[in-house]
Amino acid sequence: MTWRSPLALVRDALQGQRAREKELRSLTSNLPHEGQGRGTQPNRFFSSNAIKTTKYSLLFFIPMNLFEQFHRLANIYFVGLAILNFIPVVNAFQPEVALIPICVILSLTALKDAWEDFRRYQSDRRVNNMPCFIYSRKQKRFVERRWKDVRVGDFVKVVCNEIVPADLLLLYSSEPNGVCHIETANLDGETNLKQRTVVSGVCTTDRGFEPESFNSTVVCEKPNNNLNHFKCFVEKPNKEKLGAGIESLLLRGCTVRNTGHAVGFVVYAGHETKSMLNNGGSRSKRSKLERKLNIDVFFCVILLFTMCLVGSVGHYMWLESRTGSPPYLLPDSRSNSLASFHMFFTMIILLQILIPISLYLSIELVKIGQIFFIVNDIDLYDEETDSCMQCRALNITEDLGQIDYVFSDKTGTLTENKMVFRRCTIMGTEFPHKENAIRLAVLDEPESEEEIIFNQRPHSSQTAWSFEGEDAGPMDMHRRGQKKSKVVGTARSDVAFSSPLETEVVPDQNLVRQISRAESRGGSQRTDPYLDFFLALTICNTVVVSRATARRQRAGLSPCSSQTNNSFEALSDLVKKASLLIQRKSSRFRAQSQGPVIDSVRMESPADTNGLSPSVRPTAPAGSENLYYEAESPDEAALVHAARAYGFVLLARTPKNVSVRLPSGQVLDFEVLDVLTFDSNRKRMSVLVRHPITKECVLYTKGADFAIMELLGTPYAENLSKSHKNIASDTQRHLDGYAKEGFRTLCIAKKVVSEDEYRRWLVSRKSAQAAIEQKEQLIMDTAVQMETNLTLLGATGIEDRLQENVPDTTVALREAGIHVWVLTGDKLETAVNIGYACRLLEDEDLLISMSCKNKVTCTSSLDCNLEEMRRYSENPQNVGTIPNISLVIDGHTLAMVLSPDLQDRFVDLAKRCRTVLCCRMTPLQKSAVVKLVRDKLKVMTLAVGDGANDVNMIQAADVGVGISGQEGMQAVMASDFAISRFKHLKKLLLVHGHWCYTRLANMIIYFFYKNVAYVNLLFWYQFFCGFTGTAMIDYWLMIFFNLFFTSTPPIMFGIFDKDVSAEVLLGVPELYRTGQGKGEYNFLTFWISILDAFYQSLVGFFIPYWVYKDSDVDIFTFGTPLNTISLFTMLLHLSIEIKSWTVVHWIIMLGSVGLYFGVTLAYSAICVNCNPPSNAYWVLQSQMGDPMFYLVCTISTLVALLPRYTFHVLKNSISPSPLLQGRELDRMDPSTRDQWIREWRGFRGGGGGQVKRYQLSPPPSPTQETPVDFRPEFLNSAEATSDDFSLNVTTQRPVYT
Amino acid sequence: MGRVKDKSGPLARRPDNSAFKQQRLPAWSPMLTANTVLPFFYIMALICMLLGVWLLLTVQSTQEMKLDYTELGTCDECFQMRKNVSLAGEPCTCQVEFSIDKKFKGDVFFYYGLKNFHQNLRRYMDSRDDGQMVGRKNKLKNPSTYCEPFAKDVNRDPIAPCGAVANSMFNDTFILTYQKHIGSVFVPVRVPLIRTGLTWYTDKNVKYRNPRTDNLTLAQVFEGTVPPLYWQKPVYELDLHNPNNNGFINDDLIVWMREAAFPNFKKLYGILKRNDDTDFSKGLPSGNYTIEISYNFPVQPFRGRKEVVLTTLTWFGGQNHFLPVAYLVTSSLIFLSAIILTVVWWKFGKDGKNMLLTFQ
Repeated sequence: MTWRSPLALVRDALQGQRAREKELRSLTSNLPHEGQGRGTQPNRFFSSNAIKTTKYSLLFFIPMNLFEQFHRLANIYFVGLAILNFIPVVNAFQPEVALIPICVILSLTALKDAWEDFRRYQSDRRVNNMPCFIYSRKQKRFVERRWKDVRVGDFVKVVCNEIVPADLLLLYSSEPNGVCHIETANLDGETNLKQRTVVSGVCTTDRGFEPESFNSTVVCEKPNNNLNHFKCFVEKPNKEKLGAGIESLLLRGCTVRNTGHAVGFVVYAGHETKSMLNNGGSRSKRSKLERKLNIDVFFCVILLFTMCLVGSVGHYMWLESRTGSPPYLLPDSRSNSLASFHMFFTMIILLQILIPISLYLSIELVKIGQIFFIVNDIDLYDEETDSCMQCRALNITEDLGQIDYVFSDKTGTLTENKMVFRRCTIMGTEFPHKENAIRLAVLDEPESEEEIIFNQRPHSSQTAWSFEGEDAGPMDMHRRGQKKSKVVGTARSDVAFSSPLETEVVPDQNLVRQISRAESRGGSQRTDPYLDFFLALTICNTVVVSRATARRQRAGLSPCSSQTNNSFEALSDLVKKASLLIQRKSSRFRAQSQGPVIDSVRMESPADTNGLSPSVRPTAPAGSENLYYEAESPDEAALVHAARAYGFVLLARTPKNVSVRLPSGQVLDFEVLDVLTFDSNRKRMSVLVRHPITKECVLYTKGADFAIMELLGTPYAENLSKSHKNIASDTQRHLDGYAKEGFRTLCIAKKVVSEDEYRRWLVSRKSAQAAIEQKEQLIMDTAVQMETNLTLLGATGIEDRLQENVPDTTVALREAGIHVWVLTGDKLETAVNIGYACRLLEDEDLLISMSCKNKVTCTSSLDCNLEEMRRYSENPQNVGTIPNISLVIDGHTLAMVLSPDLQDRFVDLAKRCRTVLCCRMTPLQKSAVVKLVRDKLKVMTLAVGDGANDVNMIQAADVGVGISGQEGMQAVMASDFAISRFKHLKKLLLVHGHWCYTRLANMIIYFFYKNVAYVNLLFWYQFFCGFTGTAMIDYWLMIFFNLFFTSTPPIMFGIFDKDVSAEVLLGVPELYRTGQGKGEYNFLTFWISILDAFYQSLVGFFIPYWVYKDSDVDIFTFGTPLNTISLFTMLLHLSIEIKSWTVVHWIIMLGSVGLYFGVTLAYSAICVNCNPPSNAYWVLQSQMGDPMFYLVCTISTLVALLPRYTFHVLKNSISPSPLLQGRELDRMDPSTRDQWIREWRGFRGGGGGQVKRYQLSPPPSPTQETPVDFRPEFLNSAEATSDDFSLNVTTQRPVYT
Repeated sequence: MGRVKDKSGPLARRPDNSAFKQQRLPAWSPMLTANTVLPFFYIMALICMLLGVWLLLTVQSTQEMKLDYTELGTCDECFQMRKNVSLAGEPCTCQVEFSIDKKFKGDVFFYYGLKNFHQNLRRYMDSRDDGQMVGRKNKLKNPSTYCEPFAKDVNRDPIAPCGAVANSMFNDTFILTYQKHIGSVFVPVRVPLIRTGLTWYTDKNVKYRNPRTDNLTLAQVFEGTVPPLYWQKPVYELDLHNPNNNGFINDDLIVWMREAAFPNFKKLYGILKRNDDTDFSKGLPSGNYTIEISYNFPVQPFRGRKEVVLTTLTWFGGQNHFLPVAYLVTSSLIFLSAIILTVVWWKFGKDGKNMLLTFQ
């Protein structure tokens, strides 16, 4: 590098700063400047593609790390004490020795940080050195370089299956039409292919792309982290501006698929790429337990100050009582009061471990251990997606054990989000598709059968499909058989939406006849509503058609292995790891496994379904049947598959063209004029095509019923004009019916656009697209302009099947005392039906449905309901019974209810309900409800969802759970825990939540006890040494005592202890309630343990004191039995608390004892005079040669633990806690236990005795929706009739046939 | 945990189905209920009782005699004299008499005791230099700062042994005489005491050592040092008769340097020498005794008391009634709990029916 003046450097730096800060960036090609000095490079100000995620550099590691660590208050406390010890007047120990604890803690943390940082460095280096192709002007071709060599302004070539190294503006694609397919699984987990198109008008030559001829300027916005948004235009030398958006941007980290190669212009590189900007740090929340813990630490501070004050005052009084100058008092110039003031600080140093600083480190370690076990749980592993549990928040595991309210999304969470076409209505005629329903029912049968038989069975190892299970009883064999057969089915769905369940549709015979009639009447030449309907299904979507050769395996986000192999890694930046480290690995892996997957997912042709009239059998060549549809939303895939079953086959889709094969075998090529994409405001999408035969511009629209119905305009012009008025109302009636069955409904509409109208519209559309400011709004406006005067064609009902074991899970959660709320965007009827299907609502429940038009009715109905509720609960007959009342409320009403004046009443009502269903919710309302419940009721909330619309709610709740499902990874990204199925919630909460909470709660209580008990020994001694801060235990041994001898057992206790087995916890969900509310770690348990610590320390001090009183015992010889007694007392105390002893427990407990004696003996033998002035030489040896030592230790330990032990035994015998009863169940053999639990449930008279079968498949009878008086049987009717208005309350008893 | 996973295929991320990772390790989970722990309670009660009875019987067989001589008899004069600091160097001897009703059988240990003397104050107990006492020559001339303000005297000469502990060493000496009754005449017989072997073996041989003499006398080695302020003779003259008991390895010094844990303590002064041919071959006979005390140690400034203790020992230490009583009391406590538990077991847990799940 050539020398440049400092001034130029400064100027350059300022320029760079300005260039980076600007809202718009102008980028030009680097090629003309290739090989020149850095100063002349046009894009030198923008960051290069080399990434550096490490926190520290080698040189400055120590100071930087120390700086980081001193952000923690605890460390500052430690250092403060150490410094205090260097002040001679107050020191309690040898100053150097006092540094040991802080040094140990700091260096341990530093080591951990260094290791993590090194891992980051390694991964950075690996990523930076990945190969890529950059165009070189000298060599006139793309040459291989490293990722880190990529700069803004370069031209990069990406070939198929390669990962994009930086954010590229797509300029050329080898595919015709300039399309490039990418897979963004590494970024957002979405596995469907996305289309990207080249910036039109840039590449004009036919000979491929010539980077050297690129002389335009690319103007783009400042880097931001929005993955779905990008604004940019290319300004040609002739000032022509070509707009481009996200549809032309290849994001770093994406994989190019189905495309030979593509060339892009680097707009953002390195840390400025969108994927890197999206890498937030790992989430850190503070758990409820830790908040409570901090209060107790504060109590400890008060205790410490009290004790120090006692010491200080005691020292003063002791000094005052000395008259004369005893030889043991060293001459001191200080006055008595000053000396006692100094003594206060000496006491703080002496009693410092009362503040359990090591507790924080221990909690961290325990949580790492707990997370290790959670992510390694095979029951939380989903074979279908090959994904296991992810813990993204590392410090709230114990919150899982305290959940009171679960807020669940419906679609994709309770349901599969795998859509099955079930029914449709066309022009007011309903086609029930009975054959299809029968087929689905048959497919459903075995699984639900299994559910009934095994519902109460604890699912531990069995649930996980394990062939190597060792204890296979006959039931297990049965189950496994079932599972196997299921696996055969699910293995196919390795690729989304391709399982036969979703792709096969048995056509309705009536409809088939209708279509063939329409075809014979003239087919595609004439516009027939039936044909239009199916054409709309086929065309109006964004489904990408791919061929068999392009198949690949689904790539998940973060592999378990990298998370679990090392627990510390889990602490590090999860997101970053997820996005970049595994890219190469997964792509390699994908390449290997392509072959078998293709075989297994070969789709059956629709013609396989027998019994169809030959006329609808497609006659096209067999090769074209290997079509795969990849849709962004599963509804679209389901509709395309449905259309295909009727012979309307979507053959290909390019941005400009859609090819459809009609049942007659004729292939139509529609020119796509425009796509009005879906957005959540319009709730519909449209495709504008030019009909190949009629040359008409036709707009096909599909969307939510209310979004379409209001746009219906002039009726269908042709032969159906008489009945057109009825069509809308008939369709609406059918739609309501569908909703009641729990189907998702979509309306299909059409509009023929005149050529003039189209041209006029096109102008405004073009200008909207070219806009940079408010582009979205303008584009949406144009879409709304176009979507008017629609003609209704029909509607479809799509079933979103319940996920497996959802009813089982919700029932278990309910039994566990958790209120489950469903917040869904669906219609009320759909929500209620799903509620019944997943047993949130039961037959005998009272259902309050609130759907009000205005605030007045809303208020009065709220008041009235509340009054009835109160009356009910005050009725002496009903004391102690839980009313089975459920509330259903829609979004409109909720908006009113959430207003400040009503929300208290609403919360009051809602908390008396067993379950609440909220429908028609917006994402914002979802989070508002969660916040309301969390803040008003002061309860622990958990939100679970899978889609982007659940992100708000997930972030608002105390614990956010994301389901990595079909709708991308946004929910997972926002969540604290990510699971793959709703049913996993059961084990996650009931088992892991319970365990984590109990373990941690007990460990923390124990930790407080341990510190107080040990410190008090020192404190009691002060009464005998004039409060001068003497420690009767060698300081090294004191440090060892806390650091080595007694630190591992509580950590082990926090990780491994298992109070009740998973089987019983799942079998008796009621056990979960022990953790709710205050739980096991509360005011009482904390103070009891502190009192016990006081008692034990009194015993541990005064028994030896009376024994050695008036003897010739010396200080350290007296301290040794004290130390030994506390060791045994603490370990045995823990042994009383430990609920199950595994090998690990034994090793650690015995190891601790062994370590104590080993280290102390060695220290006492070796250290003749290594720690002056304290000297513990040969003390333990001499004590161990003295029988008195053993006698004292035995009696003290015995007396110290006797009360706790006896108390435990008495309590367990007289009124055993539920958990103990659960443990009693553990001791039974499994079959007796199941029998017992079943009997117990029956005895309790709960409705949960036998699991009823709920299926969505058969059509239910319509439920009464008519308003009736609020007069359920169990209420006093006289009171109820006095209400002067009727409420929309029904007792629903749906009957399933 | 550190194992590298090398799996591939559709179930590559499936966690290991091992007992450890799935938390299914075989475990022993004890139930702390009456019916399981009752035997343990009874057995513990029995063991404690037996131990307590045994200890009590053992303690009963020991004998102990304490004699507070601070102001007793002629020692009152010396006590008054020691009040005056200016007369600290003046020798004062006194005699006290006592009688033993029942003879002391076996080994008899002679202790001196101090009351209200705090050897356990932090700054006092730190004021010593073990490096000096272990015989390091550089420390001898250059004592540790911990010894301050007793490291050097006013002339900046190093003190050996330095520090407050050594400085305040107990310096009364005792001569125990038995008034042997021969006929009607009392014949004083000096009771022989072994004045060595009072310390731990390791103290005498490892922890405390004189500086290497290298053909010099001990006095020459210690040249340049001064004795502690309160001492009347230098450390190398503590026992002029026995070079193995002189200097830093003097037993009295070592015993004193082992700081007592409590303000009331006793320290070993000597052990009865039981030669076969004397009156003391079987212990101390009953009768009258006289102790001649060279009364040097002032206790008046801290209102302390001085005493001598004669005692026989048991296998578990001196005469200590607390331990057996503690065992007996504990035994009865455990027994009491055991009875309560039995009742509880009888009423509640016998048929295990309260193991029903009983929560709402």
